[in-house]
Amino acid sequence: MEIWKWVFVGILCYAAFASTVGAVKLGRSQPTERISGSAGDVLEDDPVGRLKVFVYELPSKYNKKILQKDPRCLTHMFAAEIFMHRFLLSSPVRTLNPEEADWFYTPVYTTCDLTPNGLPLPFKSPRMMRSAIQLISSNWPYWNRTEGADHFFVVPHDFGACFHYLEEKAIERGILHLLQRATLVQTFGQRNHVCLKEGAITVPPYAPPQKMQAHLIPGKTPRSIFVYFRGLFYDVGNDPEGGYYARGARAAVWENFKDNPLFDISTEHPTTYYEDMQRAVFCLCPLGWAPWSPRLVEAVIFGCIPVIIADDIVLPFADAIPWEEIGVFVDEKDVPNLDTILTSIPPEVILRKQRLLANPSMKQAMLFPQPAQPGDAFHQVLNGLARKLPHDKSIYLKPGEKILNWTAGPVGDLKPW
Amino acid sequence: MKLSALRLSYMNRRSTSFRGSAPLDSSAESAVKSPAAIFWLLLHGVCCLISLVLGFRFSRLVFLFLFSTSASNLYGMPFRQLATTADLANPLNVPYNPVVNPEVPAINKTVSSRVIVGRHGIRIRPWPHPNPAEVMRAHQIIESVQKEQRIQFGVKSPKTVIAVTPTYVRTFQRLHLTGVMHSLMLVPYGVVWIVVEAGGVTDETAAIIAKSGVRTIHIGFKQRMPNSWEARHKLEVKMRLRALRVVREQKLDGIVMFADDSNMHSMDLFDEIQNVKWFGAVSIGILAHSGGADESSLVAVKEEVEKRSSMPVQGPACNASNKLAGWHTFNSLPYEGKSAILIDDRATVLPQQLEWAGFVMNSRLLWKETEDKPDWMKDLDSVDADIESPLSLLKDPSVTEPLGSCGRQVLLWWLRVEARSDSKFPPGWIIDPPLEITVPSKRTPWPDVPPEPPITEKPVINISEQTVKHTKTRSSRSKRRSKRKHEAKVVDTQVSVRHSEQN
Repeated sequence: MEIWKWVFVGILCYAAFASTVGAVKLGRSQPTERISGSAGDVLEDDPVGRLKVFVYELPSKYNKKILQKDPRCLTHMFAAEIFMHRFLLSSPVRTLNPEEADWFYTPVYTTCDLTPNGLPLPFKSPRMMRSAIQLISSNWPYWNRTEGADHFFVVPHDFGACFHYLEEKAIERGILHLLQRATLVQTFGQRNHVCLKEGAITVPPYAPPQKMQAHLIPGKTPRSIFVYFRGLFYDVGNDPEGGYYARGARAAVWENFKDNPLFDISTEHPTTYYEDMQRAVFCLCPLGWAPWSPRLVEAVIFGCIPVIIADDIVLPFADAIPWEEIGVFVDEKDVPNLDTILTSIPPEVILRKQRLLANPSMKQAMLFPQPAQPGDAFHQVLNGLARKLPHDKSIYLKPGEKILNWTAGPVGDLKPW
Repeated sequence: MKLSALRLSYMNRRSTSFRGSAPLDSSAESAVKSPAAIFWLLLHGVCCLISLVLGFRFSRLVFLFLFSTSASNLYGMPFRQLATTADLANPLNVPYNPVVNPEVPAINKTVSSRVIVGRHGIRIRPWPHPNPAEVMRAHQIIESVQKEQRIQFGVKSPKTVIAVTPTYVRTFQRLHLTGVMHSLMLVPYGVVWIVVEAGGVTDETAAIIAKSGVRTIHIGFKQRMPNSWEARHKLEVKMRLRALRVVREQKLDGIVMFADDSNMHSMDLFDEIQNVKWFGAVSIGILAHSGGADESSLVAVKEEVEKRSSMPVQGPACNASNKLAGWHTFNSLPYEGKSAILIDDRATVLPQQLEWAGFVMNSRLLWKETEDKPDWMKDLDSVDADIESPLSLLKDPSVTEPLGSCGRQVLLWWLRVEARSDSKFPPGWIIDPPLEITVPSKRTPWPDVPPEPPITEKPVINISEQTVKHTKTRSSRSKRRSKRKHEAKVVDTQVSVRHSEQN
């Protein structure tokens, strides 16, 4: 009897072993892999039912009229603020009863004052935002109830709510004082930086989904480019000597690797840009004037492993997406050794990264499709907001208590808009 | 990204950076008319004037000499700790690894960050060139990525490709067989190459196919290849059937395709034939060239061809519902009466109605006993050796699967190019013993060259490129020249001219 017991145990062990090996083998041959970040497996969560958002009805001079003046705002990389508004207006999380709302949204398009070249000027944005906040605090009681702690704003500009494109100026201004208790949804993210508030939600910049879908090539086209990059290395218009633009990192990439056949890098913008990214293994995403760039979105959509060269950057939805496992992070001081770093990554790690990138929910989370689809960036923002619920009781101010100083900030901001 | 909007700020930056290691204090820009400010302004103006005269910003040089820690560090260390850049009229920081102390903003920052705003140096390593070991590793990475792609997107369970090639030893054999061999070497699936040789197994052919690196089966066929195209086609059919018998005997498993040695195959062909279930057909491009026929017949043929506007394609034809409806064959009417009969002829070589190369079959069709072998396949032994195309192996030709999006993709090209049957070539294409000197080099006198014999032919030799009579050159140059065939008449004239000049 003893021996039969041992045989039975042995068979059980072997079965367990074989099944785990089989599972591992199955996992390796799957084309994708599940993504779970620090907040858990939350990419596919459905925010409907978990939170309620009230959208303030602002006069159209804050949103519609601005858009009418310049429809280019719908296609540039800051278009997220406009599409977020449109999505919330027709979303099931919207509530028309502010008493039951968990979050309040103020639709003000601060990034829509464009130069003839298409670059947004942030000079009027602080005044616009201030004026909007004055309006909502005087017409509705909900701002004063918490001084904005359960309100969120979309500020997709270069340095978020610091409202300037020059980093030194932005740091000097800091985040608009009135927004210091609100949650900010922004594209800018850098650790230990004045313009990234704690609790902010980082989103990807807007990239046109239809345009990218139109350039997909068959998946069996072999990836033959090792490293791919197209963009400026020296911004000769604004920084001809180099060293300021991208903190010298892009110039370092050019000087070190312009002769390297593994690196397909140039400033020319070809018509086959999207197709070439799909034929590359690594895509460089170095910082420019700001650390974030739409290249990250493009790399994720096209399955090219992003090589992120920006110190201390905070990537979109950092708590839902484990970027460390998906991309390659290179310190700016290590740029001269970029080729050594990239070639010493073991092939299994690279294949795993590609499997993670192939996950459709990963690609969906980076896009702002119209109309909204489940799992896209809009839903990830709502998921992020939902994860912050329930609000702590301490955000509700006692009557008469005031925290915000309405006259703080540079004198120019106090002028009415 | 920021263009005109930043020009204003750039002006500010220029003035502040001129102050070198002075902190970037924006509040100082507001007009404070202290003597120091006026002094700096004047100095700035003077320096601007001097720079204008010199042609470059010498301020950097000044700081270089004032603040450099040690001159020996100039070129040795990879990252220098100097305070300025030494760019002489060169706006780009090129190889001298310039480094500037980052100008720390004097703004009070509430958080400490290791990322400093301001001008940074451009780091360049001392030897910015690729490392061969790293390049090899990168290629291995690319290999593994592509292998994974093939597993995911390519054919799920690839079958071995069994290529059947009839061949025989002749001048153009090396050319044709090398082409087929290189195509087969590139096939990402397993390959078995069955080479059937007319006239028996020879070392020539064996030497060529030994370099392929794929598994080869070299079979000899006792008959010699005849000299007429008609007879050659018939013999090739027999050779292919012989190869199919080998497939049956050895029970080779895979997809049989007919790779004639002068055809050109695209790599997509091998991917496409993996989709065949039992018996398939692809479209062939027919490159029926007229080898050097004289002008008038060429023009006539071209006109006829254009009139009928026929495609030089042979293959399956589908109806609107993508089912096999018939066959598209090459229109050979324009060439009637003008086609080549013998291999030596310089007329157009025409293909058969349906070439064997356009058909592929699952090797299990040839096996003697298999469970799921369809019953429309005739047994090899019961087939007459005079069949025209593999369709005669089927009882019902309509079961053929059209491949390549229903025959719309042309995946291989048929070509027949041969030299004259009496043309000679060095065996194995190795020249041994060395050839005689045909054109002595002008510059280096070769001591082994015997003194030139006196020229005995007529002195009138035109430099123009007219064709010289073949007999004339042969009589005077028989000792110096190896026998040339049709070409090199022009060379003959020029050389003979040169000789007459030298004398």
